[in-house]
Amino acid sequence: MQALVIAAHGSHLNPDASTPTYAHADTIRETGAFDEVREAFWKEEPHFREVIRTLESDEVFVVPLFISEGYFTEQVIPRELRLDDWDPDKWESDGTSASQVTLEATDVGKTIHYCGPVGTHDAMTDVIVQRAESVTEDPDVGEGVGLAVVGHGTERNENSAKAIEYHTERIRERGRFDETKAVFMDEEPEVDDVTDFFESEDIVVVPLFIADGYHTQEDIPEDMGLTEDYRLGWDVPAEVDGHRIWYAGAVGTEGLMADVLLERAADAGAKLGDAIDRVRHRTSTASGADGDAERHSQAGD
Amino acid sequence: MDDSSTSATQRLLATLTAAADDEHPSSVTFDGLQATRNETGQFSLTIDHADIHQPDLERSALESLLDGEEIGGVAAYVTNWHYWQETVGGEGTARRAFLRWCERAPLVEGTRDESADGDTDTGIGIGTGTGTDIGAVPDRYAALQDGIDREWGQLCITTRFADVDHPDGERVYDLWHVDDAETDIADLTVYDDPREAREIATYDEDGRYRPLKTAPTLETGWAFTGLSGEELVDAVGFFYPATIANWHREREGNLDVDHWTETADRQSGIYEVVSELPREAVDWMAEACCVDSQCLRRREWQYEDGDELDANGGDGPFPCREPCSLVVAAARKWAIAESESERTYELELTPTERNQLEELIDAVADGRTDEIREADVNDGANRYRARYLRAKRFSDEGTLEMREHSESESESESASGGESESKSD
Ligand code: SF4
Repeated sequence: MQALVIAAHGSHLNPDASTPTYAHADTIRETGAFDEVREAFWKEEPHFREVIRTLESDEVFVVPLFISEGYFTEQVIPRELRLDDWDPDKWESDGTSASQVTLEATDVGKTIHYCGPVGTHDAMTDVIVQRAESVTEDPDVGEGVGLAVVGHGTERNENSAKAIEYHTERIRERGRFDETKAVFMDEEPEVDDVTDFFESEDIVVVPLFIADGYHTQEDIPEDMGLTEDYRLGWDVPAEVDGHRIWYAGAVGTEGLMADVLLERAADAGAKLGDAIDRVRHRTSTASGADGDAERHSQAGD
Repeated sequence: MDDSSTSATQRLLATLTAAADDEHPSSVTFDGLQATRNETGQFSLTIDHADIHQPDLERSALESLLDGEEIGGVAAYVTNWHYWQETVGGEGTARRAFLRWCERAPLVEGTRDESADGDTDTGIGIGTGTGTDIGAVPDRYAALQDGIDREWGQLCITTRFADVDHPDGERVYDLWHVDDAETDIADLTVYDDPREAREIATYDEDGRYRPLKTAPTLETGWAFTGLSGEELVDAVGFFYPATIANWHREREGNLDVDHWTETADRQSGIYEVVSELPREAVDWMAEACCVDSQCLRRREWQYEDGDELDANGGDGPFPCREPCSLVVAAARKWAIAESESERTYELELTPTERNQLEELIDAVADGRTDEIREADVNDGANRYRARYLRAKRFSDEGTLEMREHSESESESESASGGESESKSD
């Protein structure tokens, strides 16, 4: 038997923080690819600490629903799961290249494939593009349009900026958007001045965050000048300094995220049959993202 | 009996004969039923409780016995075997133990299905019965006709036959709030997908977020009916995550409790500070957060091994094996607050006002503020009473007017009275 554990942050205060986690877990449950699928959290229940013991499967794939490698993926999750032999070096990562490492959870004696976070997987690039399609309601969005990918920045963790830049570069290479740039909340180039960095009249802004919350729903919209007060909401698109800003909510709420979770598990050796294709089909917009072909060629990497 | 009973009989016969060869006899032993096949191909059937001891049977004779055609009640043992061994399975799992508990079946099954793997565990080490077990299969079947109720925190679980008129041994499970026991099912919202439990468990009766799943604030008004065993375990897992797994470990004698000091020492980042929480504060914290009025898990963690906390841990069925994330997050607040030194303040209050402060703290601590009626000015935590006190005693800056005893004054006090120093130990 094989199980998937989606390890997310959760919240003591905000009931919506776990909503995307549940939604992606349900998408994967419906494929039947895993005998068991569990959501696990740092701030909700089941806690990381107690999730593995709720499983009957001997082989468990743990995928962190986090944007970047750092404190949570390197310290908190492995420690709380009791992966005693864990060492961040085992990922042999340059900050965005962690794939997986096989360990044992010492309280239950099960094999744990501890995967890199969703945020740094190549498939995440497609999710960002799809987010741009959803917010513009244009499956071919790109020509004449600039794309800004927003991240936290290095304040707490330098890998968080690396993840943003990694995907930005990959999208830029595809040449789909006229301009593609990374912007940050706490470092240059700052999201506040997003219109200064783009020539294109239309700018799609996609925050690389797992769940909607304070940053994506209050901070960023106000900082960009989409609205005076987040409680009043904002238009999509909104006019700012002669540009039209198409602001999407957190990328992590996009249905296609379930695909990234599956890809992570597949890279770690999970046997998924055609589940990846089915999830992509279900969660992709009608005309299909142009990244599809590319992704499939990499699926076995 | 009916078709499914026949099929249970056929399954049992198949199990008996599949693993047997001339050298290896085989047997099925389960919940008081014992059927064997010896080297010569002869069968025997023993059910002590029903006083059945039938050696040297031909296959056809055994078959009709198992079908219950000769002696009433035998078929129940056969369908019972089928339900547990073939439908539920999962020997040794928490899921199976929980489903056994739900119908008050003894957890020590005394089974050794030697015809199967031969190495399946006999259940040694599984906790002893609770004294309310219904050991004999016919007694349990009689109870299942009406449904067997059990309580798990605020959940009520009923185990019953899927088909009451023609019981074939298959069970189904209903799940609802204990406070809805008397409510007509027509007045409840009925669900059948265990995942719906997540939504129900997210908000309390007043629509407030429940960050602690085992808080006794589960809302009423819903029911899950006709769940399979697996679905029941999933639903309970969404309401009270990991409680079944830890309950099972406790019964098996291997609950891995992490006491306060272990959990605190493990923390990092902004929570590293919690290990500085004083010993006595951990007691106050457990009393604040972990008693049954706040959380239905039974707190098994202590300050450290051999150093128990005073607060009542509660007496629910499922244990709490380490301080939860909510308690750790609150501990951070208290650890920082407790690092301040105490001072002496002087303020003017009438005796009534002093009592009122206590009433205010009690009302908030007991979550009673919503119940205090608008015009009930006899209650110190009444809104008008609180506003009056604020109008009278708060300064223009919105703070309680008081004087702090100066440092030098208290220093000289403690310098003269050496005894008071022991307070800070
Ligand atoms: S630590 Fe206390 S509040 Fe938290 S789950 Fe355990 S008993 Fe409940």
